[in-house]
Amino acid sequence: MTKQALRQTFLDTLPVLTGYLFLGCGFGILLSQSGYGLGWALAMSLFIYAGSGQYLVVELLTGGAGLITAAIATLLVNARHLFYGISLLDAYRDTGKAKPYLIFSLTDETYSLVTQAQPPEGASRRAYCLLVSFLDQCYWVVGSCLGVLVGTYVPVSFEGVSFVLTALFVTLFVEQWLSRKERFPALVGVLSSLVCLLIFGKDIFLIPSMVLMALLLTLNPKAKRRNTP
Amino acid sequence: MTHDILLVAIAAGVTMATRFLPFLIFRKQVPQAVRRLGAALPCAIMGMLVVYCLKDVTPLAWPYGIPELFSCILVAALHIWKRNSLLSIGGGTICYMLLVQLVF
Repeated sequence: MTKQALRQTFLDTLPVLTGYLFLGCGFGILLSQSGYGLGWALAMSLFIYAGSGQYLVVELLTGGAGLITAAIATLLVNARHLFYGISLLDAYRDTGKAKPYLIFSLTDETYSLVTQAQPPEGASRRAYCLLVSFLDQCYWVVGSCLGVLVGTYVPVSFEGVSFVLTALFVTLFVEQWLSRKERFPALVGVLSSLVCLLIFGKDIFLIPSMVLMALLLTLNPKAKRRNTP
Repeated sequence: MTHDILLVAIAAGVTMATRFLPFLIFRKQVPQAVRRLGAALPCAIMGMLVVYCLKDVTPLAWPYGIPELFSCILVAALHIWKRNSLLSIGGGTICYMLLVQLVF
């Protein structure tokens, strides 16, 4: 990878750096306030490595949840990962030794970057995806450990900084809207999530909206026609 | 203690399963329908993630989601105007922080 390409890759992950440092910090603070130390933060950020999933685990730990409850709750929160794999089957097919780590580290943010951003000139797709995945996890691990160590002592107010990840998704959404002719998938994504949010409430709406999205996208007659010779 | 360690291990295992499962199921052949779905998903998922990030907004109670709505519109407008990701993301985030800290 050329120096220029390294620089561009780092710039691409900058929003994730900001978001993960602060969200990771928030997780670390919550964890240490619940009586768990640095080792727990490190283990969870290294081996679970899922933002909302880890916040959930803290709740489960402090609430004294059973193991089966924990498994089901984690599955419900993280089921969206199933979709990430489906859209990267071909892209990650021949990535060799890097493949297990590339799959393991698929968070919302990493997925967004590897599916949207083009690798800069001077970098292979594989090297780019691997570096993005690795950098993102580093940010998360550092953030969560900082949270445990620094605790609640923060000199300035950073309230609202986690909006950086919302802004990242809005930006990628708009970028796709501008660069692609077909608007149907984007509309399906927004509308089915909104409808399911209204019907099922914010705790479980992701699962029904995934089902609805999969149905609508699979049945889309336009896509079918284009793909059959 | 043992219970806590087991719980974390199970959460790690289940999370890993959600990530690895598609690759294990479609190890050899990817059916046409799944490939089509996979191609359309990135666009749809970005929309879903935007909604997911905004799920805690309360449109019917103070502050009526105004900071979120305003900042999202700013992000989109900046991006349509300059198409510079860092500018759109940075501008929107600073705007949101100012709104929630100083105005609302």
